[in-house]
Amino acid sequence: MKCLLVDDSKTMRTIQKRVLSALPGIEFAEAGDGLEALCAIAATPNGFDLMLVDWNMPNMDGITLVRKVRETDKKTLMIMATTEAEKVRVLDAIRAGVNNYVVKPFTPESLMERVTQTLAKAKAA
Amino acid sequence: MTQTQAPPQSDTVKLIAPFMNAVRDVLQTMAHVQTRVDKPFLKTDASTSYQVCGIIGFSGQLTGSVMVSFSDAAAEKLVEAFAGAKLARNDPDFADAIGELTNMIAGSAKQHLGGLASISIPTVVIGNGYVVANMHTIPCLVIPCNTTFGSFAVEVCVMRNPGN
Repeated sequence: MKCLLVDDSKTMRTIQKRVLSALPGIEFAEAGDGLEALCAIAATPNGFDLMLVDWNMPNMDGITLVRKVRETDKKTLMIMATTEAEKVRVLDAIRAGVNNYVVKPFTPESLMERVTQTLAKAKAA
Repeated sequence: MTQTQAPPQSDTVKLIAPFMNAVRDVLQTMAHVQTRVDKPFLKTDASTSYQVCGIIGFSGQLTGSVMVSFSDAAAEKLVEAFAGAKLARNDPDFADAIGELTNMIAGSAKQHLGGLASISIPTVVIGNGYVVANMHTIPCLVIPCNTTFGSFAVEVCVMRNPGN
């Protein structure tokens, strides 16, 4: 499974990678903002299976990235991992096309739970 | 840092509790350390006591900024606990970790402040003797904090924007 971690914080990407490394067969790519993410997607044959996307990033924020990806890709699973927790923000993200949402700060267990829940739901569909 | 013992205005007090809760929650969850939050006070000058700080701006229905500043010792140990690696103060990843901790504290508090606001990408300042001048029209409340790693402070200079 190919996973793209999109967050302007390298520390956060390292933490996410450490947690999700427990998933069998997972491979990671990283991007520091939405523009880098789009480049990574374009450069990866068949794209990614899963993306974790932060909201507040320079150059291109997460919600814009999600909308851009969904213009042509309805399949890649996208989870917003962000400090933005207001209901209106969560609704915006759902409307933009995310499959799930996790609010920072998160424990390793809650991040893993959200990811496995997303993968299970996609498999069942 | 100069402080005054005059009690803050009631609206400002309502802004403090979300930050006090956010600090405890973020540091417990991400660095596994308990935080003791001490009595807040009004700040009356721009000087800083600590050597490492993260600053985040607020805009929208909330205006101002939040600064989380750490002693060198606290910053070093918190970064190690958060990032899972010992990082030197001049390592770019050190500043990144401080910025992300500040981002989570500001973001976590924001959802409980009422009103919709955007927060900026964090700016991190590392050094001695720097001065951070906030908007003089917004009262600045300092929340002193202590952990087993050392002391730090959260400075809240945020107000509800009457124009929104």
